[in-house]
Amino acid sequence: MTRDVRQAGRFTPRYPRRAGRFVLRLGSPAAALGIWQLLTGLDVDLWLRFSQFPTVADVARAFADRLSGPDYWTDLTDSLTRILTGFLLAAVLGVATGVLVARSRLAADLLGPLLEVIRPIPAIALVPVAILLLPSDEQGIVFITFTAAFFPVLVSTRHAVRALTPVWEEAVRTMGGGRLRILASVVLPGALPGIFGGLSVGLGVSWICVISAEMISGQYGVGYRTWQDYTIVNYPGVFVGMVTIGVLGWVTSTAVEVVGRRLTRWLPRTSYVPGARIPRRPRGATTPVPVTPGTEKDVPHDQLV
Amino acid sequence: MTSSSDVRSPSRTGAGLALRDATLGRPDAPVLHGVDLDVAPGEILTVVGPSGCGKSTLLRTLAGLLSPLAGEVTQDTLRLTGPSADRALIFQEDALLPWRTLRANVELPLAIQGLPRAGRRTRAEAWLTRVGLAGQSRRLPHHVSGGQRQRAQLARALAPAPRAVLMDEPFGALDAQTRAGMQDLLVEVLRGTGATVVFVTHDVDEALFLGDRVALLRSGRLAALHDVPHPRDRAAHDDPARVALRREVLSSLGT
Repeated sequence: MTRDVRQAGRFTPRYPRRAGRFVLRLGSPAAALGIWQLLTGLDVDLWLRFSQFPTVADVARAFADRLSGPDYWTDLTDSLTRILTGFLLAAVLGVATGVLVARSRLAADLLGPLLEVIRPIPAIALVPVAILLLPSDEQGIVFITFTAAFFPVLVSTRHAVRALTPVWEEAVRTMGGGRLRILASVVLPGALPGIFGGLSVGLGVSWICVISAEMISGQYGVGYRTWQDYTIVNYPGVFVGMVTIGVLGWVTSTAVEVVGRRLTRWLPRTSYVPGARIPRRPRGATTPVPVTPGTEKDVPHDQLV
Repeated sequence: MTSSSDVRSPSRTGAGLALRDATLGRPDAPVLHGVDLDVAPGEILTVVGPSGCGKSTLLRTLAGLLSPLAGEVTQDTLRLTGPSADRALIFQEDALLPWRTLRANVELPLAIQGLPRAGRRTRAEAWLTRVGLAGQSRRLPHHVSGGQRQRAQLARALAPAPRAVLMDEPFGALDAQTRAGMQDLLVEVLRGTGATVVFVTHDVDEALFLGDRVALLRSGRLAALHDVPHPRDRAAHDDPARVALRREVLSSLGT
């Protein structure tokens, strides 16, 4: 026991403080850019060929040009509008369907098989369906984005609702609470950590699908622009598109994470430092090693296209 | 004085909680048979018995979470139809909602009853103060100790003024010292509420301290029902009648 406490006390402060962590976080992308510039600038042509590859400077120049043009911002807002519409629809309907399937046997029997058959189909493979069903390309892209995010949200919600501690519900029932009260006061707040895991995964898949869908059929949009640049052999332009996608994805998933953290602030947190080494448990010792509450970890990864 | 061997309750008026020839359990696994029991208004009945004897089943049936498989279960002569705010249940495990502060937890049953916000806030605060949690009301359940969580559960159960309180080994997970303090607190907060209490425990001393009567469950039956001499009197723990009863209960439990 004492041993464990001492170990925990020793390894926590050893991890760099805020400033140090900032440097580390900034350091890895900077190093990646440096290596990229080095390899392309020197036209390294070993087994991997960097001679045709645009340099960082090329990409930066192309980026600056793009930023001053009008199309870039139209692309950006178009892509964002599409993903946000699809993702918000998926969040609402995914949570609703997940709760329904987890709470009602009738709904599980009725919808379960159907959902399980549709679930393994990659959203991007639904492009023909979208073209047949929906009057405009725009709606088709939103539909595909929606389908991509819907299943991760549905599955995580279903798991989270089924894993709720039964005594919470019994407590509210013995207070005279009805179905709606249990839904609002127990099911939704209790499932929130799991739901946010699903939202994080869903958002990632949504980005993959919105970009792919834009590449296939689209007017404007980051994916459309990236593909256009590829067809006219404008490689720096392709990289501008990639960087844009990466940054947008990062910003939106951070937003989901921040909202999730705010709403689940009640979760007991351990003093575990993400990324720090956990002291190895001595053989035969029974004291438990600290563990973070599982949210993202518990999300099934079978949704990734 | 100590024993009533025919296992019949003194009053059969039906006021308070009553079971008539009731079979309890899940449909595929009945646990208790032929239970006849009256718990008078304001009485504290403690229930002891070996693990798996049906103590929790009895309590969950009284709470309305389980329906009796046969016979009748009533509160104030009315047949139970399901859980109701008239019968509060206190669990051994931590049944507070972890995302609500202690006060918000106590406010929940009041909100279900439709009390306006300001009213339920003051009432919740008053009850938290009464169970010794003044100043802790804005804290989350996992930020307070196990004993404090059970105090909050007690406040949550009693705040809506239920006519019956059902307690399932509420102090079972607490250390001996905290447990004695909680027993005293329970006696004090119940005073004047007139609530009927059914208190399940595996601790014979706790049963003899708290109960007006002790019910003994064994092999699927209500095996015995004893009046307790000097209930809720700590000084009477060496009273000869109490000692004799303690010996009798322990021997019939097979310990």
